[in-house]
Amino acid sequence: MRYLPLTEADRQAMLAVIGVKDTDALFRDVPQAARRDAPVDLPHHASEMEVEARFTAMAGKNLSAGCAPFFLGAGAYRHHVPAAVDAMIQRGEFLTSYTPYQPEVSQGTLQYLFEFQTQVGLITGMEVANASMYDCATACAEAAAMAARVTKRKKVILSGDLHPHYRSVTASTLQFTDVEVECLEPDPMGIEDLIGRVNGSTACVIVQNPSFFGRLKDLKALADECHAEGALLVVAVAEPVSLGLIASPGEMGADIVVAEGQAIGNAMNFGGPGLGLFATREKYLRQMPGRLVGQTADADGRRGWVLTLSTREQHIRREKATSNICTNSGLCALAFSIHMTLLGEAGFTKLARLNHSKAVQLAEALGKVKGVKLLSQSFFNEFAVLLPKPAAEVVEALAKRGILAGVPASRFYPSYPELAEVLLVTATETNSEADIAAFATALNEVL
Amino acid sequence: MTESFSGNRGMVIEEPLIFEQNTPGQSGVDLPDPADVIDRLGGLERKGAIGLPGLAEPTVVRHYTRLSQKNVGIDSVFYPLGSCTMKHNPRLNEKLARLPGLADIHPFQPESTVQGALELIDTCAHWLKTLTGMPAIAMSPAAGAHGEFCGLMTIRAAHDAKGQTQRTRMLVPESAHGTNPASAAACGFTVDPIPATARGRVDLAALKAKLGDDVAGLMLTNPNTCGLFEDEILEIAEAIHGAGGYFYCDGANYNAIVGRVRVADLGVDCMHINLHKTFSTPHGGGGPGAGPTVLSKALAPFAPLPYVVHDDQGFRLVEHAAQAGDNRPVGRIKGYHGQFGVFVRALAYMMSMGADGLRQASTDAVLNANYLLASLSADLSASFDGPCMHEALFDDRFLKDTGVSTLDFAKALIDEGFHPMTMYFPLVVHGALLMEPTETESRATLDQFIGTVRGLAQRAKAGEAESFKAAPIYTPRRRMDETTAARTPILRWKA
Amino acid sequence: MTKTYFTAEHEWISVDGDVGTVGITDYAQHALGDIVFAELPAIGAAAAKGKEIAVVESVKAASDVYSPVSGEVVAENSAVVDQPALINESPEENGWFFKVKLSDQSELNGLMDRAAYDAFVKGLE
Repeated sequence: MRYLPLTEADRQAMLAVIGVKDTDALFRDVPQAARRDAPVDLPHHASEMEVEARFTAMAGKNLSAGCAPFFLGAGAYRHHVPAAVDAMIQRGEFLTSYTPYQPEVSQGTLQYLFEFQTQVGLITGMEVANASMYDCATACAEAAAMAARVTKRKKVILSGDLHPHYRSVTASTLQFTDVEVECLEPDPMGIEDLIGRVNGSTACVIVQNPSFFGRLKDLKALADECHAEGALLVVAVAEPVSLGLIASPGEMGADIVVAEGQAIGNAMNFGGPGLGLFATREKYLRQMPGRLVGQTADADGRRGWVLTLSTREQHIRREKATSNICTNSGLCALAFSIHMTLLGEAGFTKLARLNHSKAVQLAEALGKVKGVKLLSQSFFNEFAVLLPKPAAEVVEALAKRGILAGVPASRFYPSYPELAEVLLVTATETNSEADIAAFATALNEVL
Repeated sequence: MTESFSGNRGMVIEEPLIFEQNTPGQSGVDLPDPADVIDRLGGLERKGAIGLPGLAEPTVVRHYTRLSQKNVGIDSVFYPLGSCTMKHNPRLNEKLARLPGLADIHPFQPESTVQGALELIDTCAHWLKTLTGMPAIAMSPAAGAHGEFCGLMTIRAAHDAKGQTQRTRMLVPESAHGTNPASAAACGFTVDPIPATARGRVDLAALKAKLGDDVAGLMLTNPNTCGLFEDEILEIAEAIHGAGGYFYCDGANYNAIVGRVRVADLGVDCMHINLHKTFSTPHGGGGPGAGPTVLSKALAPFAPLPYVVHDDQGFRLVEHAAQAGDNRPVGRIKGYHGQFGVFVRALAYMMSMGADGLRQASTDAVLNANYLLASLSADLSASFDGPCMHEALFDDRFLKDTGVSTLDFAKALIDEGFHPMTMYFPLVVHGALLMEPTETESRATLDQFIGTVRGLAQRAKAGEAESFKAAPIYTPRRRMDETTAARTPILRWKA
Repeated sequence: MTKTYFTAEHEWISVDGDVGTVGITDYAQHALGDIVFAELPAIGAAAAKGKEIAVVESVKAASDVYSPVSGEVVAENSAVVDQPALINESPEENGWFFKVKLSDQSELNGLMDRAAYDAFVKGLE
């Protein structure tokens, strides 16, 4: 068995040193009733070839995005990841290393996390960022809990423009605490009145920009109202590339920013693992969950980095910790950081502009299809359209024609008939003009 | 910015931050020009620069290559971290995870276009249920701590569903990992600690004394954080169930028993499994992991959304409570469908090892740990009599009066080319040193480690405290000033 | 005339009239190691004997500080917030945490004096 180095001779010699007859003797504390005397009823070991054949078969039953014109978003985005990213993250010293608890032999990890924290702070316009969380949905829940701690209030309001998964994870995660989560109705038209709902018992309001339905908003007025009432504004960003072109949440007055970082450096991977970005104001630093890397010097005075402010975390504070989180999304954060480093200021802003121009072209092409109505006048690379038929059916019909046409809102809101005809579509730099034309043509045929 | 002859340290080159290598306007990515369109940004275009540095691809590759050279990993050194299960990360896993049919698929594609992905999740779930003997599983938790939280949520929901809302007390051993009480608090439970016996196991009498109709359940790590199997586990399960509570098992140490013990027969109601420990998915410098949680029949109805179902129509996802039939999911705890990329890697490992290989793996893991325990007990102070399971626990009594602490000992071990064992955990012994070799280490590596540790112990007892306090000296950095880092936090680069 | 009392959780309180100054003892600061942060109660906060009132953090540990008496917090020592090292350097003088106006002088009866505390600490070692 290729992953097991011990030989039978080794085992016998080791048993002699230990002083027992056989390995069963080492399991004597296991109750007889729970022992398995034979291997479990599952296949026996397999060679690489055999395992690869099984997986190739499973993969072959999926229509991958590279094989069809592809226009899906809704929180997971397809961007071109430069080859150097994957080559670097597969270096064994990154891939197979552990959490950097021994800083003397983890300066590689600690330095890239310090660079990552800086990049996240820069693009979100915030003062301090952590070393990542599981995904944006769980980061949202953590932000709500943090706002409750900071303001010492209990009410959290979730905008109807927030990704439905961010909403439900926040509500589910906090259901057994004394934080009250209020979910406003889904808001495809962008008409909800959040400002009017903020008052002296609000811990925070959580909104998304660009919204789940693609709309861009100026959050300054909402930020001002929150601050006047002593509440925090939490802004979620599902598409981090948008931060290369639109005003950052920090500029607009956000107190906490959470984002899904998957789209930069990471493949979609059917939705997981994700990469939660979390950034806030320096004054709230000690209430921030998750790992933090800080700069310091070693015994010889040389600059280096360590995990710091760990006393907020579970391994020390236990039930009084800011969060129970133990892992971050390390390798995904590295991929994000390498991709951002390769892009740089010029590349990141150009990539964002390229995405927007593709989306504008897509909007123009779809707008010409009879019966299709654009629901928002402003967007980044994703927008919502209203179809004359249920969007889920249309998407199925287009899939049969080999086009992955976007995400129907009904996938998330099956019990809202008014959303049945809403379709979310996205264009990124990976879409060609031929893709867009094929989509428009097929849509026309199907409607 | 490499240092010259006197400063250059051979293979380990000083590497500045990316922000210190900025060439304005440069990029390591070529992109086509955007088409000339009238923008639809609603006047919200960013004004002003972001401040990101520009570097060309060769500089970037050199940067990250040099950073990697300052790290150790399982690929390069023996990493006997207790309860972390630092086993070999097979490269087949990486190859398969990158198949376009698995990597380049979107979570919300029509289900007819991702039947292979749903089949993969279902197959991974099947393997985990069969191995543990448990009837149900929640696949969505993103990590071990998240799995704990998931399990506790189902316990809370199960009690609430029976109207037993007074059950708010959770019993947690003193030796438990910090995530346990933190997760319990997040579910609105108060934490009531249970002491250990002199044999390092949970004190059954103390546990029974704490039972009452306000007890929600018990969180037990088995094998426990001292590396010992809780031999009274059946009595413990019976006591908890008898009092109307549920039994959560922390599966961080599952590697010790994976092919050899049927978890369901231990009386467990829920157990999280760390795929990045027991099932070889890479630690990646801190993540991502996955913490699927197996559930008993009593807790299964409360498993969170989403989950995969398989019928004669094929595979589909249940994503909404309305689609869940008689189930009463506690809600959703993670975006999308769980850590799919981690499932791919874990399943590749499971299929490679097979039922026979997994059984041999737990056997060898326990054998290796007992070999360390037996070989080091004379020079170090073992905290408990053997046999141990997959990890061996020592404490700092052997360092008494030497002036060398557990920390110093670990730092000296770094200079000898090993990653230290886990230090100062569990808290139930003083100056703990917890060693978990795993089954993927050869006897030669173990012998080398044993020889080194014996040598260090002898040097400490011979009065060489100064050299221990100065360690490590051969690493890219010496000991870091953690006090200043915490007193004056610098958490990002500033111009 | 000020009199200083000690608790088994290693807090000290120096009482002058009905106002007590509270801090942690030299034994405590030594056990914690380098202190990096102190979280103090706000002025006006209610103190309850034996209940958590402040938190002190070192690199490796976070410790709750319990109020030796009940009453109202009337002052906090911002110097230890700016310079946590002061708690290590001068734990029983300049490194004080807060001042409390006592609501019940009789609570002092259960506390140790210097001699009793020193004997208590000796017993721990």
